[in-house]
Amino acid sequence: MPRLNSATDLKGLRRDLFTRRDPNKPCVTICSGTGCHAYGSEKVAEAFIREIQKNGLQGKVDIRRTGCHGFCEKGTIVIISPEEICYLRVKPDDVPEVVSTTLVGGKVLERLLFKDDDGRKIVHEGEIPFYKHQSRIVFGNNKLIDPKSIDDYIALGGYGALAKILFEMSPEQTLDEIKKSGLRGRGGGGFPTGTKWETTRNAPGEIKYVIVNCDEGDPGAYGDRSLMEGNPHSVLEGLIIGAYAIGSHQGFVYVRQEYPLAVENLSIALNQAREYGLLGENILGSGFDFDVKVHCGAGAFVSGESSALMTAIEGKVGEPRPKYIRTAVSGIWERPSNLNNVKTWATVPVIINKGADWFAGIGTKGSKGTMIFSLVGKVNNTGLVEVPMGITLRDIIYKIGGGIREGKKFKGVQTGGPSGGVIPESLIDTPVDFDELSELGSMMGSGGMIVMDEDTCMVDIARYFLNFLTEESCGKCIPCREGIFQMLQILNRICEGEGKEGDIDLLEEIAEMVKDFSLCALGATAPNPVLSTIKYFREEYEAHIKTKRCPAFTCKKLMSYYIDPKKCQACMICRKNCPVDAIGGGKGLVHIVDQVKCTKCGTCFEVCPARFGAVTRLSGVRVPKPVPAGTKMIRERGE
Amino acid sequence: MGEVTLTIDGKEIKAKKGMMILEAAQSAGIHIPTLCHHEELTSYGACRLCTVEIIKGKKSRLVTSCTYPVEDGLVVKTESERVMKGRKILLELILARWHIDKAIELDHWPWTAKALLENYGLEQTRFQENTTMCILCGLCVRYCAEVKKANVLGFVGRGIKRQVVIYPELAVKVCPTCQGGKMGCSFVCPTGVIPNDFACIALYGSKKIPLAYPVREYDQDNIREILRSVGDS
Repeated sequence: MPRLNSATDLKGLRRDLFTRRDPNKPCVTICSGTGCHAYGSEKVAEAFIREIQKNGLQGKVDIRRTGCHGFCEKGTIVIISPEEICYLRVKPDDVPEVVSTTLVGGKVLERLLFKDDDGRKIVHEGEIPFYKHQSRIVFGNNKLIDPKSIDDYIALGGYGALAKILFEMSPEQTLDEIKKSGLRGRGGGGFPTGTKWETTRNAPGEIKYVIVNCDEGDPGAYGDRSLMEGNPHSVLEGLIIGAYAIGSHQGFVYVRQEYPLAVENLSIALNQAREYGLLGENILGSGFDFDVKVHCGAGAFVSGESSALMTAIEGKVGEPRPKYIRTAVSGIWERPSNLNNVKTWATVPVIINKGADWFAGIGTKGSKGTMIFSLVGKVNNTGLVEVPMGITLRDIIYKIGGGIREGKKFKGVQTGGPSGGVIPESLIDTPVDFDELSELGSMMGSGGMIVMDEDTCMVDIARYFLNFLTEESCGKCIPCREGIFQMLQILNRICEGEGKEGDIDLLEEIAEMVKDFSLCALGATAPNPVLSTIKYFREEYEAHIKTKRCPAFTCKKLMSYYIDPKKCQACMICRKNCPVDAIGGGKGLVHIVDQVKCTKCGTCFEVCPARFGAVTRLSGVRVPKPVPAGTKMIRERGE
Repeated sequence: MGEVTLTIDGKEIKAKKGMMILEAAQSAGIHIPTLCHHEELTSYGACRLCTVEIIKGKKSRLVTSCTYPVEDGLVVKTESERVMKGRKILLELILARWHIDKAIELDHWPWTAKALLENYGLEQTRFQENTTMCILCGLCVRYCAEVKKANVLGFVGRGIKRQVVIYPELAVKVCPTCQGGKMGCSFVCPTGVIPNDFACIALYGSKKIPLAYPVREYDQDNIREILRSVGDS
């Protein structure tokens, strides 16, 4: 690859790439993000290569493997250009038909299209409700780019923002542009990015660092990962722009070892950028030097905290340290270090290209631009969504997410991962931005959004997140290490029916202290799941403690399965399916659950035919005495 | 070095720039309880017991006085309601690990464990006991690393599984030369969980032990037991 020595060279290369590409040449785009990869996108891609050869189309059709498109529920996603036909849930077996119908025959294969609630079929991706209500300004390029090809990125105008700031803007102007845009950190804290940059820029010291935080560790969140895997150059371009504005010549990317594809694609991207002269000495002939080192994390959630991450980069155990002097002033090796999240860095080139005013026009008063959420849980359309700040939770869950699975009732949504809180149904019309969420006792976090239905026990949810945090707290400071552990012990007790009067107050007492006294943000936010569930679902805690009842039938110690002898039709289905042979009775005889043997797996409840509805769940009441063994069933009238 | 003036508990105090609130308070005779702090060692900020409330303009914040540098015009309250309420719960949590009946009274420590707990009206903990004696304040680890420059002691594990371990291979070489000095890991330990003897070396000789051995297992009876088992009683 030739080195680019000026902005003109970059423009030339882009023009060259553009003319070499025929926009009418058919192209099969296969989503190879993590979700689709798990669905078998690799095999789908192989099948396409095979089928294209078989049909004599090699050289006439391009194949592009891209990063995550976002609609992970429906993977593997395949888009056929130039018509932009979007096929969902494509399996390797579907490929011969796709090739013969669409690529050879020029027709749309109806059965793989998206079907809306009215049964209408939608051909183009942009018209699918999941995509229609999003504004994918950062994430949208994922589907157009092979992450292993810098040319794909440059052809779309990539590194144009870098050339613009290097040759047309001073570092101060660049900084002002970011400040004016109102961009706030996408990693959770929501600190104004421009202000942070300025602090590092003005901090004393010649050597300054810029850092990408790709240590995403929230259960259920994978936005940073997908961006790093699918469009690493956008993150890199943002980082170089930031370095220029701050006056840094050395960058670090902290990426989890558990994200092998992100590490691979990032390393390829760095090498390609170096070869083109977009990284290293004298970038684009501008005289500005900057290079990046990749640091692979060893899998600690707490290393996502900025001071812990910097300690880890220094080669020590990733533990937070007091931050009364900001890391922006004294970070890695006590030098000014500016750390931002993957999503923040990837937003920077967009702002430079389209202007701060355009960006500030999106969103709410205090939160500008868009946010990428990992929409997961009991929602129909799981996936990665990018929405403007200020959209309501209702719009995200119902318009984009397609509502709750199996027509169940919505109960709450957990935002911000383990450090966030649960927002109840009554507040579903809350606009989503940094300030609104923290007002409700939750937080934006890294963009995790876990939707819960009526079958979710809120005490159990708090317990789940605290269990995670007990393991993931670094253990350095006492409030976080001991406080979370003791809160977990209390929650375990409550879930096992041994809750005591006063437990809720005790939980609140510990939670307040942990929030106030902890060393870092992990501890300071760790009580959120407990406090928010107590705030909005106190009656559920009380039911567990006072009447030993789990209203969601989740806590196994507090519930039983019982077969109503009046309804049981002795069909043997539950009896055959019970994995522990805990169901007695027989042909023509009422089935009885042996409460001692029963492991409460719920299989009988699931398999009992709906028209009988004989298996019921009980909680907070005594299980009725079983009918004598050998009782004949009562056939329902009309059967 | 410039001087700054701050107010601690209503007292106007002059302090050197770069000093921490804790030092400034101590110099003025104001007592703030600490567990993980030692003037010879770097501040660590782990026990959080020295947390105080600072007021800047209309905003108030809780910070650890051992790591927060003094500022001109800073108003500090070392025993505000918020501080005292939190400290009490914090001590109760420590108590769950550090059983008061088993706590060893250390003559060289400025206060006794009992006195500290009595001050906050605590006799017992409401929490599930997890009596390991060691409260992971890190004083021994920092002492060994910073003063002895030996790094015989270290932390392993994360979260509730965190523990202090010794590295026997190093201990064999270093511990005998260190023993008997005016300061030592057993001397800085506020809980008395580190016995002042050669147990670690004896353990290393037994070959039964893993490379890193948790300090928490060194309670006195246990050590006698281990020493007997390796025939070194």
